[in-house]
Amino acid sequence: MGSGYGKKKPVGKMAIMGIVSIALYAAMLLNQDIINDYLGRGGLYAVLPIAIAFIFSFVHGSFTGDFWTVMGVEAAKKKKEVK
Amino acid sequence: MHDIVNAAANFINLDIVNITYLFLVGFVGGLVSGFIGSGGAFVLTPGMMSLGVPGLVAVASNMCHKFPKALVGALKRAKYGQVDVKLGIVLGISAEAGVLYGAHIQESIKKTFGDAGSNLYVSVAFVAILGIVGTFVLRDAWKTYKSGSTHEEEKVTKIAKWVQSINIPGTMVYFKSLNARISVLFTIPLGFATGMLAATIAVGGFIGVPAMIYVLGAPSLMASATELVIAFVMGLGGSFKYAMSGLVDIRLAMVILGGSLFGIQLGAIGTTYVKPFMIKVVMGVIMVTVLFSRALMVPVYMSQLGLIGQLGDTTVKALKSTSFAIMIFALALGAFIVLKAMWQGRQAEKMAAQKAVSHGKV
Repeated sequence: MGSGYGKKKPVGKMAIMGIVSIALYAAMLLNQDIINDYLGRGGLYAVLPIAIAFIFSFVHGSFTGDFWTVMGVEAAKKKKEVK
Repeated sequence: MHDIVNAAANFINLDIVNITYLFLVGFVGGLVSGFIGSGGAFVLTPGMMSLGVPGLVAVASNMCHKFPKALVGALKRAKYGQVDVKLGIVLGISAEAGVLYGAHIQESIKKTFGDAGSNLYVSVAFVAILGIVGTFVLRDAWKTYKSGSTHEEEKVTKIAKWVQSINIPGTMVYFKSLNARISVLFTIPLGFATGMLAATIAVGGFIGVPAMIYVLGAPSLMASATELVIAFVMGLGGSFKYAMSGLVDIRLAMVILGGSLFGIQLGAIGTTYVKPFMIKVVMGVIMVTVLFSRALMVPVYMSQLGLIGQLGDTTVKALKSTSFAIMIFALALGAFIVLKAMWQGRQAEKMAAQKAVSHGKV
């Protein structure tokens, strides 16, 4: 699968972000009642879901990006499309 | 306090089956969105509602998963040089206005004609817009394929040439994706229509992407990547609006995001392997397939409104489940084409690399 041509793969970074991501999901799913209570309030509490979404997108986004790199799925090497 | 209790009661119980289902649908939706810039979300609102989530919470949570997803996708595709941030933001702002106006129209239709009236409006909008735009996009992709010019640079349409030739002093802005200066007076109605469609059927990109390609003259790859910026701007504003009313179920949004970020990364990578006309193929195929899904529901809503005779319960049930199945099929078909095109692109690249090695070029 490897098409990295000897390039180092971000295994360590992926593992760290993966663990943080899992921890975030676990924390969210284990505290559903508290979260639902605050988010159901609306008004200024609206910043909470937005902030949560940004945090998840940063952590999980970084993890999923590295995940595919480690799996060997990367963008085409050539800038132009393949014929 | 009552409101809080009521709002929290809108949030369903999440078990492992629900989580897996949302994660998977999120993944497939993300894959398609990463590739064509949008279009993965239409299945999520009905998907959540099938789990018992109230309509508005489903719409709100869908939107709250969309903007972080679009952000990650836009950043990824920006790395490949496909994003025109300026065009995305300019269109995104007018799209935001379109979302608000679209939501307002929805509310007044709901007030006057009830749920069935609003559902009928949504379905008719689906069928009309997807029918016209989807057929056009698919026909264009087919023509490109038939002419054998899939490797060539995409031609700028006559309308786009005309738009680029108009000079209205004080409103001209240079956009790198168009490599031309155009008047923002042209972008405002396009963004507005994109937003209105997003508020109506949850996928603004079905107008936004073809508009950028055919009316403004952007290449398909850049149009679909720039749509992610529009989706981010629209989704952020929309999510905040819904969150103010306490309607966002962040657990649903984040579980879907969990799957869709895997998908969007893969879809974005996929765009680097395919010929640009494949964007149009995937988009057109999904649009035309979804069109049938919604068309099936039109008689159901018409009978609820008393416009046609009463339909039997079994008929309604059969139409509803067939409609939902076609929707899932449309998304799966889109995902299949993306993965197949990507696989073929990767194989071709590997072969080319091997050839280069054997010729001693590397």
